[in-house]
Amino acid sequence: MNLAPTPGQTVGPFFSFALVRDGYADLVSPEHPHAITLHGRVFDGAGEPVPDALVELTQGGDQGWGRAPTDDEGRYAFTTLSPAGSFFAITVFARGLLDRLFTRAYLPDAVDEAFLQEVAKDRRKTLVATADERGYAFDIRLQGDDETVFLGFPRH
Amino acid sequence: MTNLLSSSNAAVSTQPEVEAEMAAVAATAVEGEPQPRLDYPPYRSSLLRHPTKALHPANPEGIELWSPVFGEETIDPVEADLTVQHEGEPLGERMKVTGRVLDGDGRPVRDQLVEVWQANAAGRYRHEKDQHPAPIDPSFSGVGRCLTDAEGRYEFTTIRPGPYPWRNHRNAWRPAHIHFSLFGTDFTQRLVTQMYFPGDPLFSLDPIYQSILDPWAREQLVASYDHDVTEAEWCTGYRWDIVLTGSHRTPLEEEA
Repeated sequence: MNLAPTPGQTVGPFFSFALVRDGYADLVSPEHPHAITLHGRVFDGAGEPVPDALVELTQGGDQGWGRAPTDDEGRYAFTTLSPAGSFFAITVFARGLLDRLFTRAYLPDAVDEAFLQEVAKDRRKTLVATADERGYAFDIRLQGDDETVFLGFPRH
Repeated sequence: MTNLLSSSNAAVSTQPEVEAEMAAVAATAVEGEPQPRLDYPPYRSSLLRHPTKALHPANPEGIELWSPVFGEETIDPVEADLTVQHEGEPLGERMKVTGRVLDGDGRPVRDQLVEVWQANAAGRYRHEKDQHPAPIDPSFSGVGRCLTDAEGRYEFTTIRPGPYPWRNHRNAWRPAHIHFSLFGTDFTQRLVTQMYFPGDPLFSLDPIYQSILDPWAREQLVASYDHDVTEAEWCTGYRWDIVLTGSHRTPLEEEA
């Protein structure tokens, strides 16, 4: 059987009162001895911040999922642990974005990963987080010269 | 300068202009395009927010074959009834919406979180940035959650939402809808969409609905009125089934 999937639609502008809950951006307690921050900004094709995007982070395990809205400067942040694998799995929603987008934020030392090698060299860096004093920074550009590489999976 | 003005200042577009744009895009539809066009200029907010490059093909790896589990203890059963969350009863048409969540192979998606949110009967969201001058209903938040059962069934009791104006173009109105957020068994099955009501006169005018170019696919977002769901002297009933994209967890069946 291969049923046709139900189409997606934009998350719209008015989702925060329903989808954003206390603790959703903390995959672990900020007091966790190995807690780090994964943070970044979401930009549109004009380089302007997107203040009404929603970012989801998937890492697996007991506490392995979180959700964070962007603020007025397009910033999102998660308190989490370094991933067990080589990347953070990320889903992006926004007003103006008619369906969700998937991407990966690879750790800085993952540049030799086979998947990254498949991506055109000049776009590869859009999939790699940078280390900083808080943990990792990963910006998402929905459109433009430095447009983030978004993923298409089989059967989707 | 009129070209620049009319393309950059969306507020000046009229409904007929937007409909002409939608018709022009519809003429470019290709076979097997079941999802919305991300690049859909009649929906003005999409102009700077759609990727211009093709999605990069990827095979799901590791955590992409995983999905969060929201235990029963995290969901209060009362969250599935949006009409009992306040002291008073909300105004409007009390209705029930139920259906099944299936994966692309027809398997029920069990014990998984379904989130809904919506405007009230007057077409107003309980959101600080909603400026539609329609009344807020103090007895209605418009937020619900439930877990699917062993057959993938969900059920909400709510109030039928009203249509509402937005600023995509002059005199733009959204068809009445309920937002749905769904998880499958894989990261890649994540779906956020909108459920509509049968026979809405705003369908042909709405660029968000029309961004799905395939008419059959579009209709998958429209619930059916179901008199077997309707309860005597209590509420009307609608049925809406949801199909997520195929799971990658088990070997795919051979194509016949």
